[in-house]
Amino acid sequence: MTGEGIRQAIIEIIKEIVPDEDLSGIDPEKPLRDQIDLDSMDFLDIVMELRKKYRVEVQEKDYGELATMNSTINYLLPKMESL
Amino acid sequence: MRQVKDKTRIVITGVGLAAPNGDNMAEFRSALLDGESGIGMFDTRYMPPVPAGVCKFDQYRHQTKKEARRGTRAGSISIYCANEAVEDAGVDLDEADRSRVGVFIGITEHGNVETENEVYNLAQYDNDVKFWTHHHNPRTVANNPAGEVTLNLNITGPHLCLGAACAAGNIGLIYGSQMLTLGEVDMAMAGGVSESIHTFGIFASFNSQNALAMHDDPTKASRPFDIDRNGIVVSEGGCVYILERLDDALARGARIYAEIAGYAHNSDATDFVLPNPATQAACMRLALERAGMKPEQVDIINTHGTGTGQGDQQECMAIRDVFTGDKKPYVNNTKSLIGHTMGAAGALELAGNIPSFDDGQVHPTINLDNIDPECNLENFVIDKPAHAGHVESIMNNSFGMLGINSVVIAKRFVS
Repeated sequence: MTGEGIRQAIIEIIKEIVPDEDLSGIDPEKPLRDQIDLDSMDFLDIVMELRKKYRVEVQEKDYGELATMNSTINYLLPKMESL
Repeated sequence: MRQVKDKTRIVITGVGLAAPNGDNMAEFRSALLDGESGIGMFDTRYMPPVPAGVCKFDQYRHQTKKEARRGTRAGSISIYCANEAVEDAGVDLDEADRSRVGVFIGITEHGNVETENEVYNLAQYDNDVKFWTHHHNPRTVANNPAGEVTLNLNITGPHLCLGAACAAGNIGLIYGSQMLTLGEVDMAMAGGVSESIHTFGIFASFNSQNALAMHDDPTKASRPFDIDRNGIVVSEGGCVYILERLDDALARGARIYAEIAGYAHNSDATDFVLPNPATQAACMRLALERAGMKPEQVDIINTHGTGTGQGDQQECMAIRDVFTGDKKPYVNNTKSLIGHTMGAAGALELAGNIPSFDDGQVHPTINLDNIDPECNLENFVIDKPAHAGHVESIMNNSFGMLGINSVVIAKRFVS
């Protein structure tokens, strides 16, 4: 999976979690939680969906890596590039 | 409760409901008067399709998709009903003290739907519990449906759900009335909900108990008091009332649907599932006594009757025991039209009858083609509405497993 593929996968996951939000204008450099209504339980949903859909584990110590879209892609690339 | 002052007289000033044959009071009443069944065939896990009642209200009318996804079906039904009740009552919550509003929702059970679905989903992941959702606990705590209402409407007064089997809708009303009488709240959102159809367990358990209704035509499956009844039709539903003390309702010029004239709640202490007509009769008598009424003053009895052999007969035995006078009340059964809405039943069935105070009609019981001789009460209203004219009072029976009995008497409001 490429960086763009990961971006699309993350968007799909977030779309399911916050279906009322418009995700078209997300700035990849800004924290996701500053741009969309994501609380801690929603964040755990992202972690769960990555586990369910891609069998990717995000350890609690790494949660900060999922702050922005770009940091998320950079963190997940080594874990998902072979998918 | 006799000769009570305005401060302790409790009145209904708003109604929000979700029934299998109506999304508001007007639709529901119209369907009941027309004898329109809300029952269809319903797919459930591990079993052939079963007759059931499904609500069709717009889930997103009062909550976001995110709220609905995060929460439970019981929460969504509660949120819909509570918002509809607030609108119906003409209450502006922005002008109200939200810390003085309470939410009291009766439930038959809660959490089975979420647990069953999670157990099913977990099996798709070899029962590895790291795939078990972090939403499980907040969805299954017993206060979930009422708590979701407080989150949705930003209400900071007390909330809880009242677990009371199939008596729960009445118990929600009773508890809300008591909290108003105690002065704990100034407004109560009170009633009951049920989402039980979304777990196979309720159908399978009634089936194993030989108490699940089956019929080739699902609209004929719910037939309480009929000789050919063969069990319960389970339905989802909800009904939330706005209750206020009379002086508060009058002060804000509220429309008053009815007054809670009296209520009672007791226990059989005899069996897990079988009812006890002696304690049911005692419950009716206690409600009448607290209302300061004689049996002859009751105009309509909405029966609890669910379509089980013994349950229907024993309720009739209890009614005969209490109503011995010459003037017999009209008797009807709302479950014949909407099935058994479980935790919602008491509150929802009362809402189906309250319009009698305005339209003077008594909604019919359907599917009562051949009445069981043991259930042959006088003045059963069958197939067509009865034109009662002036209706002063309604007795609403609601009983449940483990021998929980509840009776609410609503009367026409007279200042």
